[in-house]
Amino acid sequence: MAAALEITDLRKTYHNDFEALKGISLTVREGDFFALLGPNGAGKSTAIGIVCSLVNKSAGKVRIHGHDIDHDLAAAKRYLGLVPQEINFNIWEPVEEILLNQAGYYGIPLDVARPRAEHYLRQLGLWEKRHGMARDLSGGMKRRLMIARALVHEPRLLILDEPTAGVDIELRRAMWKFLREINAAGTTIILTTHYLEEAESLCEKIAIIDQGLIVEDSDMKTLLNKLHQQTLLLDLAEPLADLPQIADFTLRRRDAQTIEADVRRDQQLNTLFAALDVHGLQVVSMRNKSNRLEELFIKMIEDGKVRQAKVVA
Amino acid sequence: MIGLLEYRVAYRTIVVKEVRRFLRIWMQTVLPAVISTSLYFLIFGHLIGERIGAMDGYPYIDFIVPGVILMAIINNAYANVVSSFFSAKFQRHVEELLVSPMPNSIILLGFVTGGIARGLIVGLAVTAVAALLSDVHLHNLLIVLLVAVLTAALFAIAGFINAVYAKSFDDISIIPTFVLTPLIYLGGIFYSLDLLPEFWRGVSLFNPILYMINAFRYGFIGSVDISLGTAFSIIGLFIVSLYLFALHLLNRGVGVRS
Repeated sequence: MAAALEITDLRKTYHNDFEALKGISLTVREGDFFALLGPNGAGKSTAIGIVCSLVNKSAGKVRIHGHDIDHDLAAAKRYLGLVPQEINFNIWEPVEEILLNQAGYYGIPLDVARPRAEHYLRQLGLWEKRHGMARDLSGGMKRRLMIARALVHEPRLLILDEPTAGVDIELRRAMWKFLREINAAGTTIILTTHYLEEAESLCEKIAIIDQGLIVEDSDMKTLLNKLHQQTLLLDLAEPLADLPQIADFTLRRRDAQTIEADVRRDQQLNTLFAALDVHGLQVVSMRNKSNRLEELFIKMIEDGKVRQAKVVA
Repeated sequence: MIGLLEYRVAYRTIVVKEVRRFLRIWMQTVLPAVISTSLYFLIFGHLIGERIGAMDGYPYIDFIVPGVILMAIINNAYANVVSSFFSAKFQRHVEELLVSPMPNSIILLGFVTGGIARGLIVGLAVTAVAALLSDVHLHNLLIVLLVAVLTAALFAIAGFINAVYAKSFDDISIIPTFVLTPLIYLGGIFYSLDLLPEFWRGVSLFNPILYMINAFRYGFIGSVDISLGTAFSIIGLFIVSLYLFALHLLNRGVGVRS
């Protein structure tokens, strides 16, 4: 399958000599749901900005569906839709007009743009607001409007830069469902997010960028397998009298009816449950103490800082 | 491959958007020029003008009408583009344009056409007021239209360049206040070049707006201080130079890309 996005040795040094990207290479295959993660200031938005022609690159190559942005920029841009981090539409324009204008910038005539705008406004629950000014929309609606706007020219590669930041959980779940649907329909999606649960739930492929370098580029399953230990919260049927001692497992009391258990990858949960059963403890439910991806992410970023500190020293 | 038809749609989209923008806020964009120029016609044209008598052989109000109309065209063409493009930068919706596949020349032409449209609409409104308050002569309609469109285009491009460099709202008012207004007033709206001493007459010849006002006045009353050929050459030279410079800035991403 062709690559939706190929980035080769991409570098960016800003005027103040800050090196935001130190030579990153990345391939996103067509149809992928790809997570691009990294702490604040890691270089994610710079990379996205270069791909979308909002930031000038210092060196490197970017190809979108085979079109090099240095030689065939207009063709490359046609494949691309962007949902930026910050609200960037004209708040003094009516909602539907924003979509129709966006379609117009892509050369789509009004008779084609109108039904498309209606389709996406309906899908994202904004049709009733179509005549209202964009400034009157709620925060969640503004985010949905940016998604509708990015889709109106039907791009094959959709880049979403923290699309659910500040959005309530119900709306976030609805947006996840919508994004899964358009990905299933064939749109390649690149997502940056600070909600690692979101990345773990939606994306099959992941790259982590830190201090201008790609520190991880693999599929989600492979990455999560790197997690050597997870901490589980076990809810008990009855209040706990004494914390039992179980060989090879570290247990901690969280509250009267909840135990924290550290479980290594090479250990069987059945062994733990059998041992708890011997002590007369029945587990009624179980959950991860923290998001697995989050644990890995923090570990990688901390490892990176340690490496950086060593280099500086 | 992006076709000409798509470029046409993109260009039309920007133009319609720009025209809708200034018509939506017509009380801020069209009306002020009509009111202020009405005052010029009343005070300078009638009250003071009647005491001044003739200028270049024409009643004073007939002499100043073309210049006042062109001043409104210049100010509005400039103001439309500088405020619209700077707002697009400020609110970041310029990114809608930059992410799209349309070439920078279409973006520039779209904004400039929006500026020309506002300049001409305001110019027409001011002409209507002038017709109510004086006997507007029309010596050569073609010259009038040509100078109006070209001058509006020139100052719309200049407004675009101002907006590219502007980093704050102060920056979009500095040039109109400290450069444009003095050049317009010293461009011979209210007086004939013949009234100036030799030295100041020579200095005035470096003011490009003088040529535009004179050519425009010729279209109305048939009187001119300088040759029409020189006037059109200077307007054309400025349009081409400023357009190429504005396009260069946009291609380099100055003020819009980091």
